[in-house]
This record gives sequence, structure tokens and C-alpha cells, in this order.
Amino acid sequence: MESIPYEHGLILAAILFSCGLVGVLTRRNIVFVLMSLEVMLNACGLAFVVASARWGHADGQIMFMMILTLAAAEVAVGLGLIIQMYRRYHTVDISVLSEMKG
Amino acid sequence: MLEWIGLLPLFPLLGFLALTLTGGKPGNTSASLIGVGSIALSFVLAAAISYEFLRSGASSHTQLLWNWMRVGDFTPAFSFYLDGLAVVMILVITGVGLLIHLYSTGYMTGDPSFARFFAYMNLFVASMLVLVLADNLVLLYLGWEGVGLCSYLLIGFWYQKPANGYAARKAFVVTRVGDTSMAIGLFVLFTQLGTLNIQEVLTLAPQQWSVSSGVAVAAAALLLGGAVGKSAQLPLQTWLPDAMAGPTPISALIHAATMVTAGVYLIARTHILFELAPQVQMLVAVLGLLTLLMAGFTALTQRDIKRILAYSTMSQIGYMFLALGVGAWSAATFHLMTHAFFKALLFLAAGTVILSLHHEQDIFKMGGLRKRLPLAFWSFLIGSAALAALPFTSGFYSKDEILLAALAQPQYGIILWLGGVLGALLTAIYSFRLVFVVFYGKELPQHDHEPIREIRGIPMAAPLVILAALSVLGGFIAVPVGAVFGAAEAEPYHASTLIHAIMIAVPLLGVGISYLIYGGHAIAATNLSKLERIRQSAAGAAITRFWFGGWGMDALYDRLLVRPFIALAHLNRKDIIDTGYASIAAFTQAGNNLLVRTQTGNLRWYSISMIGGLIIVIAVGVWR
Repeated sequence: MESIPYEHGLILAAILFSCGLVGVLTRRNIVFVLMSLEVMLNACGLAFVVASARWGHADGQIMFMMILTLAAAEVAVGLGLIIQMYRRYHTVDISVLSEMKG
Repeated sequence: MLEWIGLLPLFPLLGFLALTLTGGKPGNTSASLIGVGSIALSFVLAAAISYEFLRSGASSHTQLLWNWMRVGDFTPAFSFYLDGLAVVMILVITGVGLLIHLYSTGYMTGDPSFARFFAYMNLFVASMLVLVLADNLVLLYLGWEGVGLCSYLLIGFWYQKPANGYAARKAFVVTRVGDTSMAIGLFVLFTQLGTLNIQEVLTLAPQQWSVSSGVAVAAAALLLGGAVGKSAQLPLQTWLPDAMAGPTPISALIHAATMVTAGVYLIARTHILFELAPQVQMLVAVLGLLTLLMAGFTALTQRDIKRILAYSTMSQIGYMFLALGVGAWSAATFHLMTHAFFKALLFLAAGTVILSLHHEQDIFKMGGLRKRLPLAFWSFLIGSAALAALPFTSGFYSKDEILLAALAQPQYGIILWLGGVLGALLTAIYSFRLVFVVFYGKELPQHDHEPIREIRGIPMAAPLVILAALSVLGGFIAVPVGAVFGAAEAEPYHASTLIHAIMIAVPLLGVGISYLIYGGHAIAATNLSKLERIRQSAAGAAITRFWFGGWGMDALYDRLLVRPFIALAHLNRKDIIDTGYASIAAFTQAGNNLLVRTQTGNLRWYSISMIGGLIIVIAVGVWR
């Protein structure tokens, strides 16, 4: 079976990562910021999987599982924070949270 | 009995503690009971100890109380040394001190800080006794500083008035100059001789130092510096007239009878050091002579009753220094004692006048008080007679001894004698000017038109009577200091009858001059107006102003020391030295302000800067 060249996988990961990054930087809605973060995490995971396939090594796939659990925990905490934020400020606009400045 | 000598300063010290630790609460009765009682106990003990000491015929008695400290080989002890000189001093301090304490119970009645006054007074007497009984110079220095502190506290006793606080600070700072010199003198003695025990110093010094060797001159000159500061002699005399800001009994006790004579005591105590340095000893005589003349002229122009007495104190201590300078140690001690009697009497009498006139001190606002204040008048008359050295008063005998000793000085005897005689003339003039202006002449109306009543009562009258008796009869007391000075004593001078006649006539002449000008009769009035006309002339006014200001010494020190210091302080008001440190602080502050701007609180700003940093790091890593 003709395998997909690993460069393609890495390029896809880079594109996904950049999309997520742009989302984090530009979105004002904190829910979308969180989702963009997820996209970035998964882009990293894809890069790990591609690398493990390239070198025939299982470490990358194990790393991806760790990233999955990490992402799950992060979403749980992040959603909890979002609910708290909405209760307190009645909005999910992230630029409201700028009180901690010097 | 002699071993109880340690109790002498203990009684006043306990009195001080009792009055202080109760926070000034004791009422007037109990405060005066404690204050006067402690001094009375001390006096009785001093009299008993002196009696036993003199009867035993011993030349000295040393009592070790305890070792003070031990630093290497240096072990100053709390140890008291009693000899003839110390006997004279402790009797004067406790005796005159007791009378003045007694007087103060009347004088200070109604003062809100009555107990505080007696606390300070008791502490003073304790310190003074330590000073004169100390057997080593360190302990002496403790007493020396103690009396200085009490002097400061008591000059500024009425501290609510800023002028009094200023006078107190001035006295403290000026005497401090002398004290520093004395401390350096002690260091010199210790490094050269390895001990500060007075008797050991006095035995070792002549063995190790030759006459007028450099170190002997240095030691004597430095000790002299301390003595002139404490005794208000040239050039550190400026504090004494201002010290009159304190209550009058203080002026009597501290600034006339006891503390200011501490310098005389110090020189007499260490007389062997001064004999090793004849130049310095001559300097003592010269300083004494200059001070007594300067103070005499100044006293002629003063208007304040207490300032006149202050300048006369300076001039009388000048006589003592003159005596010390020509080696008449016992004459100096004798004059110290008689001066304590008659000057305390004069100050206490002045206190009665001041109190009776509701704190009026200008003598030209008094007049004709002879009938109103008979007790003060007679006290003043007797005191002034003794001060002016009229025949058969105590001052006559002591001043006579000093002048004869001055005449016996081989090189400059005649100059010293002439100066002393001129000083005696001045003394007679200014002291009787005081008597005539205050007690004779027209009675002047007082500003508040209250009838003048003499304030009397046993506590205030008894000390005056006793001191008056001592002022007259004190000349017949022989000071038992022969054994102390022994061979060091200058040979008595056998003067001709003419010399004696001059010395009797001069004070009488002075009284006569005073009578002709200030006597309050018709001739005096014309003489007074003539004098006033001289005074109005340009030269007369200049001289009067010059003398009135204490020969410009205050102004000189003001220009020379005080103003440059203040200018320097002004210059350094912004802390020039600190600008270096301050600029470091300002730099970090500015950096902080700059960095604070980056903390916007905006999450996206933080993310962008993180990403930007990340990109830079990766770029550097890849293309390096």
C-alpha cells in the first residue's frame, strides 16, 4: 500500500495549528477560543502520529493519547471557568476580563 | 565611720530614684521631705566623716567599693579617695547644697514640676559627690558628665519657653567642647602611663616625663581644656550668662557654688601634671586673669541682676585660675570655699528679690527696696562686701592670699598682681552698683501696682542667715589641704605694708566710686547723668555695646562656628551624598513604569507576545 508521504501529514498539522492559533488570537467569544485551543492540541497530536508512522515507533501514538486526556481535562476545567464567567459577567466576551493590568 | 563614705552619694541618688520612679507624683511636702532629707543625711554623714578623717591625722583614705569593669589590664574601680581637698569639696557641696535645697522648697512653691526639680537637684548632688570623691579619672569623668547633664536639665527646667531650651543646649554643647578635650587628655594619660588612677598618675608622671616635655604639656593642656569648659573661662565662657535662664536656686547651686568650680578642682587634683608643664600652668594664670578682667568689665554694663552675678562668678573663678596658675593651690581651694558661701548667698538673695517683684530681673526697674526687703538687703550687703573683698569678710582673706601669691610669681608677678588688683576694683564697683541701684535711691513704681512684700518663711530665711554668717566668718576657716599639696605649694610672699594697704584700699575705692555714681543722692544724680552723656557719645556707646555683649565673644562664635555650620546644613539640605543612591532608585522606578505598561490585562495581547517570542526563538534556532 502506497503510504501517504509524511510531509503531507506535517503540512496538514501546520495548517491546522495555524488555524487554531489565529482563532485563539482573533476570537472574542471565549467558547471559540477554547475550541481553537482544541484544534491546536489536535494539530500537535497529528504531528506526533505522523512522526511515529515515519520512524515506525510507538512513542508518538502514546504521546497522542496523553494529549487526548490532557485535552479532556482542559475542556472540563475550561468549560467550568466559562460557566463561572458567564454567571458573574453575563457575557462570554473575553475582552471583558482585563482587570488584572499593571 | 570612714568606710561609710560610699553612702555619701547614695542618699541623694536614692532621693533622685524615689522622686523619679514615682513619676513626679509626690506632693510638695513629701517631695521636699525626700529632696531635702537626702541631702541632710548626706551632709551629716559628710560632717561626721570629715571630723573623723581630720582627727585621725591620716593624709588620705581610699575606699574600694567594687570593681567597675575589667578590660585587659585596665580595671577602673568604683573607689573613693578622701583627702583634705575632697573634705573641703564634700562639705561645701553637701552644706551649701543643703541650704539651697531648703531655700528651694520655698522658692519653687507652686511650681507644677516641684518633684522633678528636686529629682534633678538630688541627681546633681550625687554626681558632684562622685566627681570630687573619685579615685580614678574614669569615675571622675562619670561625675563630670553627670553634673553636665543635670546642668542641662536644670537650665532648661522651664522648657516651655524656647529661649530656656536654647540656653540649655548652648551650655551643653559649649561644655561638651571642653569635655571632649578632657577625654582626649585621659586617653593620652592612659596610653602613656597605663593607668588612670589619679594617685598612680601623679606618682608615675614625674618619674617618666621630664619637665615641659611634649607629652606632659599635651596632657596638661588637654585637661585644662576640660577645666575651662566646665568653669566658664576663656575661651569657653559664653554659656554661663545664658545659663541664668534656669531657676535662681540652680544658679546658686550649680552655676556659682559647685559645678563651675569643678574645673578648679580638676586642676588642683592633678596639680603635679601642671607643674610638669610650666607653660600650661602659666596659661592657666593668663586665662584666669583675662577672664576676670573681661567678666569684670562686662558686669559693669549689665542690667539683669542674675547676669551681673553670672559675670561676677566668671571673674571670681578667674581669680581661682590665677591662683592655680601661680601654684597657690590652697589659696585657690580657699577662694573656692568662700566664693561658694558668698555667691550662693548673693544668688539666693537675688532670688528673694526676683520672687518678691514677681520675676522682675532688670535692676533699673528696681530701686529703694532697702525698707521693703530688709532680709534680702542685708544678705546682699554682706554678700557684696565679701565679693568685693572688703576687710574682715571671707572674700578679703581668700583674695588677699591669691593676690600675694600672684605677686610672688617670679617673672610676671607684678603684671598678674596689677591685673588682679584692677579686677578687685571692678568687682567692688559692679557689686556695689548692684546694691545701690537695687536697694537705694527712689522707689520705682512696679508695673502691676501690687504692694511689694518680702517673701520669707523659715525655709527661705534660714539659708540666707546661715550663708551670711559663713560669708563673714568663712575667712577664719582653715582649709585642711596642706597635706595634699605639701611641697608643691608656692612660698608665701612677705609683702610690704604698702602692698597690704593697697589691697585694702582698692575695694574701698571701688565702693566709693560706686557710691558717687549710683548712691541715689544729689551728687550721684549729676555724676550719673555725666556718665550717661559719655555713654551716649559714639565711642562710649560702642564700648558699652562691646562690653554688654561679653566682649563680642558670642557674636564671634556665631560668625565663626554657628553660621558656617548652619550654611553647611542648608547646603546639604537635599542630601548631596545621597543623590548617588537616589538616582539608582529613580532608574529602577523608571524601568518599572516602563514594564508596567506591558501588563495590559488583555489575554490576546499576552498570547501574541508569547507566540512572537516563540517565533523569534525558533527562527534563531533554525537560521543561526
